[in-house]
Amino acid sequence: MKLIFEKHKEGRRGFSYGASDVVGAKPLAGKFCRATEARLPCLSELDVVRHFTNLSRLNFSVDTNFYPLGSCTMKYNPKFTERIAAFEGFSQLHPLLPQLSGGGMLAQGALEVLYESEKLFAEITGMSAFTLQPLAGAHGELTGVMLIAAYHQDKGLRRKYIIVADSSHGTNPASAAIAGYEVIVVPTGADGYLDLAQYKKHLNNEVAAVMLTCPDTLGIFNPRIKEIADMAHSVGALLYYDGANLNAMLGKCRPGDIGFDLVHINLHKTFGTPHGGGGPGAGPVGVSQRLVEFLPISRVIRRSDATFALDYNYPKSIGYIAPFYGNFGVILKAYAYILALGKDGLIKAAEIAVLNANYCQARLKEYYDLPFDKACMHECVFSASRQAKNGVHALDIAKYLIDQGYHPPTIYFPLIVQEALMIEPTETESKEALDAFIDTMIQIAELAKNNPSAVTQSPLNMPIKRLDEVRAARQPDLRWKP
Amino acid sequence: MNIPKNILYTKDHEWARIEGKVAYIGITDYAAHSLGDITFVQLPKIGELLKQSAYCATVESVKAASDVYVPLSGKVLSVNTQLAAHPELINQSAYEQGYFFSIEFSDAAEKTKLMDAASYRQYVEGLSK
Repeated sequence: MKLIFEKHKEGRRGFSYGASDVVGAKPLAGKFCRATEARLPCLSELDVVRHFTNLSRLNFSVDTNFYPLGSCTMKYNPKFTERIAAFEGFSQLHPLLPQLSGGGMLAQGALEVLYESEKLFAEITGMSAFTLQPLAGAHGELTGVMLIAAYHQDKGLRRKYIIVADSSHGTNPASAAIAGYEVIVVPTGADGYLDLAQYKKHLNNEVAAVMLTCPDTLGIFNPRIKEIADMAHSVGALLYYDGANLNAMLGKCRPGDIGFDLVHINLHKTFGTPHGGGGPGAGPVGVSQRLVEFLPISRVIRRSDATFALDYNYPKSIGYIAPFYGNFGVILKAYAYILALGKDGLIKAAEIAVLNANYCQARLKEYYDLPFDKACMHECVFSASRQAKNGVHALDIAKYLIDQGYHPPTIYFPLIVQEALMIEPTETESKEALDAFIDTMIQIAELAKNNPSAVTQSPLNMPIKRLDEVRAARQPDLRWKP
Repeated sequence: MNIPKNILYTKDHEWARIEGKVAYIGITDYAAHSLGDITFVQLPKIGELLKQSAYCATVESVKAASDVYVPLSGKVLSVNTQLAAHPELINQSAYEQGYFFSIEFSDAAEKTKLMDAASYRQYVEGLSK
């Protein structure tokens, strides 16, 4: 498909302006004009409509196909939340309104949504309070690490280290490093759980916090998580919960009850809002009681007359971390989702997510190596090592799946599994959808044995065939030139 | 698997080749192979002082980005400028043209914490079981 710039025809226009009929109007003075003409493509309106309509038909999304991209939780985003977020009373509200004198009374509905969302997130996770401001999960992590730093500084402590697991999301060490901490990586033991001996070795009174994902990125729930939490607390370290996998344990167990001091939630994973990139994200951060005073401002409060207002009076707050109150539309969609599902619905969502992943794991483990063979939570991690011996690598399997109409699983993550294939079916897929995908995976395993080149040459049915990813990374060519 | 003798190895798959007071540093063939096609390397600055096992470089491949830790303490003498344009040298020649940098090492006793070729081979074979 041609780029829109390649479809340029000099002089073609989408819209023709009439001559100005404003009496006395002068053309814009030269000093306000750009020195060289902007090189925008010239096309008719129909050219543009066709271009983007055809592009959109190449889109792959959860609305079109199964999307088992592990760790990302590509569940279906119910459409009713879009309708609610589009209500004029919300979508046309000016974000500055509640900060203007008397303006808060004109934004009571929106403030109530924020206030109630905070209460719901706190109840679901077992935390004391939330900030809804972080604009994505990784932003929430950075906010969390800043809260950790504020907590220790307030106590007059200088703590240097943050501990992460080697199976952690890359954003964990990155957030810790950006906030000025040195990162200690604790390995995973042969049993698939955090190596407790190594963990114990690194724990001391210079450790500011321990960041963990639970269930972890292997899709495994660590039965000794409480012990790990208690050990962190015994040296005065805080415990950070990466909420990437919260969807697996909704209503079953709460990070706050385990002893976590901070939690971020990826609303697009757990609460069915669209993913970042396709729309703004949100990564609210919840804290235990001892961290509440450090939360970012502003915070939404409920006054004694049952009205809602913004409150800035938190002298120990880490300040602003985002404009206004976070991505309000995203929080609103998550709020609507939680209310629609209710307590029983959320628990059911977690149960089916776990059931679907275990079903995939059980049906595929005969065909692919399973590095940690135990019941999984919401995702299962296979290794394509067996197939790789015949030259069929995780990347080839991914490309073949694209040809068959599936989004590939996450590959080469977590890093501790060779040739990793991380499958997260989510709760919104039917058994028929799972079976069709599993059958394709079995077919790939057979091909890897008998006819490897059938897999390694894919994709063959896509508009663009196998990309030279190595050359693209080594010699990136990011700008089209005529 | 290429594990030359007469050089020293770490558990994180770095190697050090000692030439007098200078040590040449790089990542092993096993590491390069595990990472796949390497696309980018970030090297330390000349003159930088590094402590044994501290972060010294980053290596990126199509699969992952990894930190590299320096096998011996010392001062960076030179870096392999070839790698900026040709990171594939690490895949092709991990121990020669694909070296990362050289240091003037400060404590010869640290060498005892590193493995020789035989121990490293045994270690790597243990990993792939």
